[in-house]
Amino acid sequence: MELGKDLVAASATPLVLAILAEGESYGYAIIKRVTELSGGHVQWTDGMLYPVLHRLERNGLVAAKWRASESGRKRKYYRITKEGRAQLAFQRQQWQVVASTLRGLWMKACTT
Amino acid sequence: MTASFDRSPLEEQIAQWRLYVLRRGALHGPEVEELEGHLRDQIAVLSEAGLAGDEAFLIAVKRMGNLDALSREFAREHSERLWKQLVIAPDAADGPGKPTLTETLVVLSVAVAAALTIKLPALFGFQLAGNEPFYARNVSLFVLPHLTAYLGWKRGLAVVTGVWLVLPFAAAAVFANVFPFGNRSDTGVLTALHLPIMLWLVVGVAYVGGRWFAGGGRMDFVRFSGELFIYYVLIALGGGVLTGLTMMMFNAINIKADWLAEQWLIPCGAMGAVLVGAWLVEAKQSVIENMAPVLTRLFTPLFTVVLLVFLATMVWTGNPIDVKREVLIVFDLLLVLVVGLVLYTASARDPQARPDFFDGLQLLLVVSALVVDALALVAIGARISGFGFTPNRVAALGENLILLVNLTWSAWLYARFLRDRGSFAVLERWQIAYLPVYSIWATLVVVLFPVVFGYR
Repeated sequence: MELGKDLVAASATPLVLAILAEGESYGYAIIKRVTELSGGHVQWTDGMLYPVLHRLERNGLVAAKWRASESGRKRKYYRITKEGRAQLAFQRQQWQVVASTLRGLWMKACTT
Repeated sequence: MTASFDRSPLEEQIAQWRLYVLRRGALHGPEVEELEGHLRDQIAVLSEAGLAGDEAFLIAVKRMGNLDALSREFAREHSERLWKQLVIAPDAADGPGKPTLTETLVVLSVAVAAALTIKLPALFGFQLAGNEPFYARNVSLFVLPHLTAYLGWKRGLAVVTGVWLVLPFAAAAVFANVFPFGNRSDTGVLTALHLPIMLWLVVGVAYVGGRWFAGGGRMDFVRFSGELFIYYVLIALGGGVLTGLTMMMFNAINIKADWLAEQWLIPCGAMGAVLVGAWLVEAKQSVIENMAPVLTRLFTPLFTVVLLVFLATMVWTGNPIDVKREVLIVFDLLLVLVVGLVLYTASARDPQARPDFFDGLQLLLVVSALVVDALALVAIGARISGFGFTPNRVAALGENLILLVNLTWSAWLYARFLRDRGSFAVLERWQIAYLPVYSIWATLVVVLFPVVFGYR
C-alpha cells in the first residue's frame, strides 16, 4: 500500500521533526529511517525531502551545519531546535485528534 | 564508496549529473552538493548489495525523483530565486510569465488613464501653475490607484478585496483636501510627503495579491519597489532628453513649445512612467539582474567609510553637532539610507548562506549609523526646550525614533547571526514585519498633524 501524494506532503513535517528529535541526522539517513519505521509503506521520492528540510530550516524549526562525514565528504547535518520541538508537540496533538476521530468513526462502523 | 579518487565511469556520470542539475538553475551550489552526497550514499548502499556502479547510479538517480518536479519544489521553497529564473513558469499560474497582448493593452490603458487623471483638475479650472501645493498633495492619488488596479488585475484579485483597497484611496483623497491648508503650510507639505508612503502599503497589498501575510510576497514587493524606482529614474532620464530635444527643435523653427512640455509632456509622462516602469519590472524580472542589490553592494562599504571618517573627525576635532533649524532631517535621511541598504541586502541574500565578510561590514555600517544618530539626538535633546514643537520637528523626531528602533534591533540580530546564534531569516522577517510601521506613522502624520498643529 502506498500513501497518496497529499498525505505524504502533510505528514512530511511531523515525520522529519520526530526523527530529528531522536538526534542529529542527515538527508539520506532520514529517508532510510522513514522507510524502515513504516515497513516500506511510506515511500518518499528522495529528492523531495530536501526542500522540506530547507523550509524547516528557514522557519527556524531545525538548524543545519556542514561537517565532514565518516567517509570524508562534507555532509549537511540537521538538528531540531527548541521551536522545532514546540512545533512537533503541536503537530502531535493535531495528528492525535485526527487519528482518534477516524478511529471513533470506524469503530462505530464496525459495531453497527 | 568505490574508487572515488580516479575518474572512474561512475565519477564521470556523477559529474555529468551535477552539471546537468546546476544548469537548470533552480538549485544552487550547496544544495546540489547536498543532493550529490545523497546520491553517493545511495550508490554506496546499492553497490554493497551487489549492483555494478552504473546500475547503482541509474537507480539512485531514479529514486531522487523527476528533476522537473524537484526543481519546482526547490524554486517554490526559495522563491527569491524566481525573481531571476522562471523555472516554474510551465505550470504555475502565479509565476511571472511572458507579457501577453492583453497585458500590454491593459498597461497602456492604465498608463494613459494615469496620464489623463493628472489633467483632470485642470478641467475644473485648477491649473498646475499656481496650484502647486494642491498638486503636490494629490500626486500619489493621480497615479497609485491605477498602479493598484493594474497589479490587482495582474494578480487576479477578488473583487471584494479590490473594493476594500478603494477605501484607503478615498480616505486619502479626503485627508489631502478637506483641511484648510495655507499656501505655505508646513502640515500641508508633510501631508504631501507622507501620503505616498501611506498609500504604498496599499499598492503592496495589491502586489501580493491580497495575501499580505503569506509567504515571501512581501520581500518580493520590496524588490519590486527598488527595481521600479531604478526603472523610473532611467525612464525619467530618457524623458528629460526627449523633452529638451523637443523644445530645442521647435525653438529652431521659432515656435515656443514650452506649454507643451510644462502642461503635457512632463506631468503626463511622469504619471504614465510609473505604470510603464511597473510593467517593465514585472515583465523583465528574468532579463536583467536585480539592480538594487548591486547598488547596495557598491555603496555599503562607501557609506561605512564615510560614517567612520565622520565619527573620527568629530572625535579628533571635538566639534559638536551644530544644532541648526532642521538638522534632524539630515540624520533622518542618513537612517533611511542605512535602512534601505540593510533591506535591499536582505532582499538579495540567500538566507541560508553562512555569514561572510560583507555581513560584518553591514553590522559595522548599522552600528556606526546608530552612534552618529545617537550623538545627533543627544545634541538635539539638550536643546529641545528652546525649540518648541513645530510639526516638522515632531515628524522628524518620530521618524528618527522609528528608524532607530528598526536599526537597533537589526544590529542585535546581525550580531547574533554573525556569532552563529541565530539565522539570517530572522533578520529578514524582522525587516519585513516592520514595513507596515512606516505606513502607519505616515498615516498618523497625514490624519492627525494638520488638526493638532492647526494647519500651520
